Amino acid sequence: MRPLVVLAVTFALIGLAPFAIASDYWLNLVIMTLYAALLGQAWNILGGYGGQFSFGHAAFFGTGAYAVAVLQVELGLNPWLGLAAGGLLAAGVGAFVGFCTFRYGLRGSYFALVTLAFAEVLRILSNSVWFTGAGVGILIPLERGAASFQFVDKAGFFWVIWGMALAAFATAWWIGHSRFGAQLMAVRDNEDAARALGVDAFRVKMAAITLSGFFSGLAGVFYAQYFLYLDPYIAYGPAISVESLLVPIIGGMGTIFGPLLGAAALQAVAELTKEVVGEAPGISLAVYGTLLVVMVLFMPRGLAGLGARIAGLGPRARRRRAARLEARNA
Amino acid sequence: MLELRGLSKRFGGVQAARDVSFTVPAGRISSLIGPNGAGKTTLFALITGFHRPDAGSVVFDGAPIDGLPPEAIARRGMVRTFQIVQPFAGQTVRDNIAVGAHLRIRSRRAALAKAEEVAAAVGLDDRLDMDAAALTVAGRKRLEVARALATEPKLILFDEVLAGLNPSEIRDVLPLIRAIRDRGVTIFLIEHVMQAVMSLSEHTWVLNQGELIAEGAPQEVVRDPHVIEAYLGKGMAARVGGREQAHA
Ligand SMILES: Nc1ncnc2c1ncn2[C@@H]1O[C@H](COP(=O)(O)OP(=O)(O)O)[C@@H](O)[C@H]1O
Ligand SMILES: [Mg+2]
Repeated sequence: MRPLVVLAVTFALIGLAPFAIASDYWLNLVIMTLYAALLGQAWNILGGYGGQFSFGHAAFFGTGAYAVAVLQVELGLNPWLGLAAGGLLAAGVGAFVGFCTFRYGLRGSYFALVTLAFAEVLRILSNSVWFTGAGVGILIPLERGAASFQFVDKAGFFWVIWGMALAAFATAWWIGHSRFGAQLMAVRDNEDAARALGVDAFRVKMAAITLSGFFSGLAGVFYAQYFLYLDPYIAYGPAISVESLLVPIIGGMGTIFGPLLGAAALQAVAELTKEVVGEAPGISLAVYGTLLVVMVLFMPRGLAGLGARIAGLGPRARRRRAARLEARNA
Repeated sequence: MLELRGLSKRFGGVQAARDVSFTVPAGRISSLIGPNGAGKTTLFALITGFHRPDAGSVVFDGAPIDGLPPEAIARRGMVRTFQIVQPFAGQTVRDNIAVGAHLRIRSRRAALAKAEEVAAAVGLDDRLDMDAAALTVAGRKRLEVARALATEPKLILFDEVLAGLNPSEIRDVLPLIRAIRDRGVTIFLIEHVMQAVMSLSEHTWVLNQGELIAEGAPQEVVRDPHVIEAYLGKGMAARVGGREQAHA
């Protein structure tokens, strides 16, 4: 029960932001943090809880983003309907990628490479077909108003991303407390043992990548409506794939709050970099890469793991550890 | 309960199973013995869907299960344990067992309760919150048994659950295996500890280089010259004179 309480309190506190924060600059930072947390939690569902490391989450993000933009610009579909379409199409791409990889038992680096390849293929496709605006990109016409998913003030966007992130985090909580989650983590930790106990590893992984794709697609939809411009590099380029995995790696993979911690930390680093170096092109990828190396080398369990380690210095944890040692030596 | 019909499997140059046929009776403890590399584990993998046989077929509980994946076979009520234990490391003992329990139980709460019940039955109830990776060898073997048991199987295949245990630990586990049988679960086990095979099982099959070379009551099988030869090498059978009990 406890994580659910922490989750509710955390999101309630974050929900105070639009009332407490007057400055657009700071509210934008909160919005971008929630957006990164959503992106990271989407990856975490598949990578953290399922152990399937994707290098190509841009495939899902970009599909969500292009779906809402293209359907709006070409077919005049209301972006709120586009939101549903974007999420579902991204989930469909997730299911397709999952089918193509898990069907053939691809794991580890093979799975990672194939996801990367999917994102790249989609990037090249979106660069060549007309309805995405090809290399020029696609611009969503300005039409301020809640009905057109283009809020006049930032608070409107805040509530949308808050709701999306809440849904993703609630899903992560459910994974930690359900049969599906138990089976997913069993597959992550030992696929053969899980199958021997009756876990349908293929089905479980398919469900995870579909959910993951869905939430990644929602992040894409949000991005498109928030910035009103997409091109193939933004939507399907490697930066989104890297950000997706970096957030939970920084925060702590396979933990419910890891992506939130990671998003906040990443946001802070990104702002600091902007202050110090300015907005040089490619700088964010360079910073991401450095962070990734540092985290993997020195803090493989992320900030959440660090928190647990600090908590592990307390007397209760010491007693637990002593008991475990005793049992091992018995 | 379980019928093997002409199972064969070749790995490159190794014939790991050669036309193996026999029937495991319901409600009893039966065993499979044979020297290292005889193909025992491979046979378990063939039966439970982890490997596809080159030829032959398997009938479980009255229906053929050829081509079914391991998870479908587990759902029908046959589970295996692993000779090399495969805990979900990083997860607690309770969570490990609950994965098995979830095969028949959707509710998380009920599966965790079932896990505690099974843990008590195998003597792991004092270590429910321990990381499975921190268990002793004996503890991990018990965990393998517990997870399998939690799936409520009709038939359990134990692959050397006693290997690596000291004599006093073995003495503790033997009654546990009998207790499982007494609950109505059929047991088919691979074992190297001959003393255990003798005291547990009524019927045993002997495998050597993928082939069945003998079967019968364990006390008689170990006096069979072919079996002694398989275990100890050529010429030994005559010297031992069929009096010694074979020990792998
Ligand atoms: N996956 C595999 N690939 C290739 N050879 C294998 C494989 N599994 C088992 N073998 C070979 O098959 C033979 C039987 O192995 P195994 O079934 O493990 O024997 P046992 O369990 O009786 O000790 C051995 O020679 C082993 O090397
Ligand atoms: Mg073996």
